[in-house]
Amino acid sequence: MTAATPIEQPSVTEAPRQRSARSLFARFEVDTRLLGMLAALLILWFAFNILSNGLFLSPRNLWNLSVQSAAVAIMTTGMVLIIVSRNIDLSIGSILVFVVMIMGLLQAEWIPSLLGSGFDPSYLWLVVVVIGVAVGALIGGIQGFLIAYLRIPAFIVTLGGLLIWRGAAFQLASGRTIAPLDSTFQLLGGGPQGSLGETLSWVVAAIGIVAIVYGLIASRRRRQRYGFPLRPMWADVILGIVGSAVVAGAVWVANAYPWPPALAKEYAVAHGIPIPPGGVIIPTGIAFPVLIALGIAVVMTVLATRRRFGRHVYAIGGNPEAAELGGINTRFTILKTFVAMGMLAAIAAAVISARLNAATIAVGTGIELQVIAAAVIGGTSFAGGIGTIAGGVLGAVVMQSLSSGMVLIGVDTASQDIVVGLVLVTAVGVDTFVRRRAT
Amino acid sequence: MTVTAATKSETTAPRVPLVEMRNIRVSFGGVHAVDNVTVDLFPGEVVGLVGGNGAGKSTLIRALSGAHPPNEGEIFVNGEKVSITNPRDAKIYGIETIYQTLALADNVDAAANLFLGREITTRTGALDDAAMESATRKVMHRLNPKFRNFKVPVQSLSGGQRQSVAIARAVHFNAKILIMDEPTAALGPAETAQVRELVSQLKEEGIGIFLISHDIHDVFDLADRISVMLQGKLVGTVDKTKVTKDEVLAMIIIGKLPQDVSAGEIAELVH
Repeated sequence: MTAATPIEQPSVTEAPRQRSARSLFARFEVDTRLLGMLAALLILWFAFNILSNGLFLSPRNLWNLSVQSAAVAIMTTGMVLIIVSRNIDLSIGSILVFVVMIMGLLQAEWIPSLLGSGFDPSYLWLVVVVIGVAVGALIGGIQGFLIAYLRIPAFIVTLGGLLIWRGAAFQLASGRTIAPLDSTFQLLGGGPQGSLGETLSWVVAAIGIVAIVYGLIASRRRRQRYGFPLRPMWADVILGIVGSAVVAGAVWVANAYPWPPALAKEYAVAHGIPIPPGGVIIPTGIAFPVLIALGIAVVMTVLATRRRFGRHVYAIGGNPEAAELGGINTRFTILKTFVAMGMLAAIAAAVISARLNAATIAVGTGIELQVIAAAVIGGTSFAGGIGTIAGGVLGAVVMQSLSSGMVLIGVDTASQDIVVGLVLVTAVGVDTFVRRRAT
Repeated sequence: MTVTAATKSETTAPRVPLVEMRNIRVSFGGVHAVDNVTVDLFPGEVVGLVGGNGAGKSTLIRALSGAHPPNEGEIFVNGEKVSITNPRDAKIYGIETIYQTLALADNVDAAANLFLGREITTRTGALDDAAMESATRKVMHRLNPKFRNFKVPVQSLSGGQRQSVAIARAVHFNAKILIMDEPTAALGPAETAQVRELVSQLKEEGIGIFLISHDIHDVFDLADRISVMLQGKLVGTVDKTKVTKDEVLAMIIIGKLPQDVSAGEIAELVH
């Protein structure tokens, strides 16, 4: 991803001459912190791969990793903006479980009993998701109002929310587990059928590559029109090639993971496909939750870097008083970040309960801490004003890589927690140290 | 430009002031930081606001800029009573402010600060960063031709450069009324000269300027009239051409108008 950060690197012609390797690097004008994190993630992956005898970097494990990261990644995109504007949201795990129960009851009990059998179930999932997201937005809006307009600290409001919404979720169904869920709704959770398949995955890759190339050309044209210093052509070409290769490689991996043989055979028989001697191989492709997470990451990146809303969020984080004096409606902006967070928690709720194929009171316990950790590992600063959506998503992948990698090599749960805790503190420590030296 | 707007208004038909702040009172708890102060400002005029620390100068102008609305009193812009409850209101009336703290968002670049709250967007509502950078380059070229760091967060700029950004923000949006709170505090001699040049330029364009400064020489060079505050109250407003620096100093320190102060008291101050 070549997501632009609001804090851009100095451009070549204007930056003071630095050491040559560094200045060569600076010519790409990409976020060096993001690159550092990518490098750290790759090192982590290769280390786990060696320790697990090549299991970690198998298509199967990477595909699962992508699906398991999706829910946390979705919420992290919102948490980045919350933390950037110097707030915090501890309630997202409870909003999530509340929305899970609402969505479960809607599809299993409320809508069927309200509309009887006349209701067409093919778009039931959409109605359920829309209502769920609206509920998430409403809860986020209420909390955001208390924080922004009544000036109650976010920590307190959302700590209250953490207790309230999980308690309310329990009361909604008296603690029952609601299962199974609507068969179309289930696809939101991934699985072989909840994936794009080979052809559509390549279509997504093509769209991604076209977007990267178009983005590079458009940004070049804009700067040319105003006569600004340009990034050297070779740097643009390399960025385009590397970006495209990453997109194509990721889709190739997703397609290299085939459906389970039994399920593939069943599908082949049902669709009258002749079974070749080696058995049917159906590429899985990008899972729906991963597609949803990617789409949300793109939308949130646009919101954060290309829209006034995002600019205002970063300005508030940098200097709340200056933002207010500059004429920004800081309260409404803060309110909107919490509405967005509530909506994202609801979308994550859909993904998680669809994957479980159940609505149960146990989901999302402690997930707020995973999300906050992902945002922070991804370079979001609690001092405010600093953090990127892409970094947050990467942080979510790092967190998930750590836990699934340790499961693969047989680390017990207690030790896993210790490692994650150490990584969190170390990551932030290193980042703080590097940033202090840079300024 | 030797005849000031104030004297003109006394001799010819009364002109409408650009801004009139009437009987302004701002309290924090039980303390009146600004107590029943009335000041006005005419087009093309610089009014210096002077006084010691805690005299209430900054609080008075924060009432005008919307940063801290007054508890009592009325504000008139072009003779019309206006209600300024937040900075957005002030900007609607063409009131721009350069704060002593500069009020910059340190984590974003010069263009983002210049257009803070007033970003240029394309037809689709996306931020038009190229257009904003272009405009920033133009206005900075006029204010500080040596400025080059357009792509870095303003926290890595020098004090003078940061001040240039704050000034650029105030003058870019066709201000009619400009409030400058210690505009040269962080500047070197060359940059200070530039700000002075800018002030005379803006005056000629008919902009009214409230200049707050603790530096009485600055004020004497730039202002047409001088309003002196002491302990939240207005001591008086004097025409610069009719007073000496020592007399203004006496107003600042002992709160007496030139006609009330004795030669002995002035001698003691100067001593």
